Amino acid sequence: MKHYRIIVMLLFSIQSFSSDKIIITGSSTIAPMLSDIAKQYESSNADIRIDIQTGGSSRGITDARKELSQIGMVSRELKPTEEDLQKFTIAKDGIALIVNENNSVKAISFENIRNIFLGKIKNWKELGGHDQPIVIVNKAEGRSTLELFLKFFELKNSDIKADIIIGDNEQGIKTISKNKYAVGYVSVGTAEYNQSVGVPIKLLPMKGIKATVQNVANGSYPLSRELNLVTKMKPVGQIKLFIDYAQSEKVNELIRDHYFVPILFK
Amino acid sequence: MYQYFLNRRDLYIKILLGASGFICSLCVILIFLFLLKESFLVITGQELSLFFQKSWFPLEGQFNLIPILIASVLLTFGSIFLALPLGLLTAILERFFLKGLFKIIFRRIIEIYTGIPSVIFGFWGLMKLVPFINDFHPPGQSLLSGILILSLMIFPIISLNIMASVEMSPKHFYRVSESLGISRATYIWKILLPSLKGQIFSSSLLAIGRALGETMAVLMVCGNIVQVPGHLFDPVRSLTANIALEMSYATGEHRSALFLSGLVLFLLTLFLYMLSSFAEVERNE
Repeated sequence: MKHYRIIVMLLFSIQSFSSDKIIITGSSTIAPMLSDIAKQYESSNADIRIDIQTGGSSRGITDARKELSQIGMVSRELKPTEEDLQKFTIAKDGIALIVNENNSVKAISFENIRNIFLGKIKNWKELGGHDQPIVIVNKAEGRSTLELFLKFFELKNSDIKADIIIGDNEQGIKTISKNKYAVGYVSVGTAEYNQSVGVPIKLLPMKGIKATVQNVANGSYPLSRELNLVTKMKPVGQIKLFIDYAQSEKVNELIRDHYFVPILFK
Repeated sequence: MYQYFLNRRDLYIKILLGASGFICSLCVILIFLFLLKESFLVITGQELSLFFQKSWFPLEGQFNLIPILIASVLLTFGSIFLALPLGLLTAILERFFLKGLFKIIFRRIIEIYTGIPSVIFGFWGLMKLVPFINDFHPPGQSLLSGILILSLMIFPIISLNIMASVEMSPKHFYRVSESLGISRATYIWKILLPSLKGQIFSSSLLAIGRALGETMAVLMVCGNIVQVPGHLFDPVRSLTANIALEMSYATGEHRSALFLSGLVLFLLTLFLYMLSSFAEVERNE
């Protein structure tokens, strides 16, 4: 019996001695990627535990401000009223409008893209293309790509007249590569990769800027956003180490796995 | 001493059997309770208004599952409508019209069908079948392509079941009808198939279960638009695809509504199996 007690006490003491726990809350766009980064970080730093919870960018801001969390995740640029927080950009996210390679349309204006998705433009003929109906490929609800797309084009999802709804980026690319008259949007990283390996898709420029990973990284491509971590104070100790790690080149692979663009892109 | 030993072994076996039976039954009940608990939020939050909303826009607080439910039922019954004749015909072909090596090869081909993972069917459908249908009527991803892919996936279940039951059906029927000079066709249609009614019914039910639960292939070829289809070329979303598409990014009421899709699917399957057991009881009487 004595042994038992000692073992139990030991277990408890290990539990309480095990050092820092970092709590991170906020955007569900960043959470899956950051939890992969955290796992990789934990495997090389055994004495730290990182707990990631979602709840949207605004929760990320509020929690960080009230110090309910040590780090907040915010998948947009900070508003002027939020400048009191420390901001650390870890990656960028961009969306490319894609069509089939055989589609003769070279570019579509902002207003026309809106009208296509609202069902006001129904035929490629109206945009100078073939006389064929436009097949609209939209994303499933809850996807961050959809959210960014809707916000950029000031649309409501219930107003979009979609013909096909897809889940992940790859499914969208397969669909559009096989359907000559479809139009859809996927993350720039995935689209560029697929095009480079010969999948018959075409990335359309947005407001005259070419959709490339390079342009997303340098900030000139308009349909993109920052993925940020925020803290209330200037980070110190373990928290600083983790943020530095999340901004380092060691996580570039993980960031690309989630179809985002690393900020250290060269 | 020996007697005692045997009894103890019997006891062990009894315990083992009892335990496995108990665990299996418990799991189904636990899954049901889990679905109920997870979908509780949306059921209490929305109550009956749930089924009168415009459509399915979870981020705008609309969770109407009716079009999705209808799509699932249409897909399932559409595919069984094609798969049942196909399964019956292939089974009869194998049993009565093929000999020797051809018979073996044909049987293996049908068996291979059941082993192909559904994602392969979906992938093939997306790359070949959908563009083909798209040439006739865009967008290609449609109720029709879903039904075609599903029937291809479920007909081997019916086919193999019928083959096995023909094999086991009493041989003297066949001998008697041969000695009476009845043609083979008459024997098959008038004597054999009526005697296999029960097996045909139960294997169709198995196939329906598979079609109803199929996720990946349906997700890839059906287009996933939430609507009650007006015709075969309209894209639809099934209950299973609904869950698979949105679960990984859903929170709060949205997540709960997806569990409700699961619950509806569970109840639908339960309903079908209860229907079949009633039919069975009636037949036995």
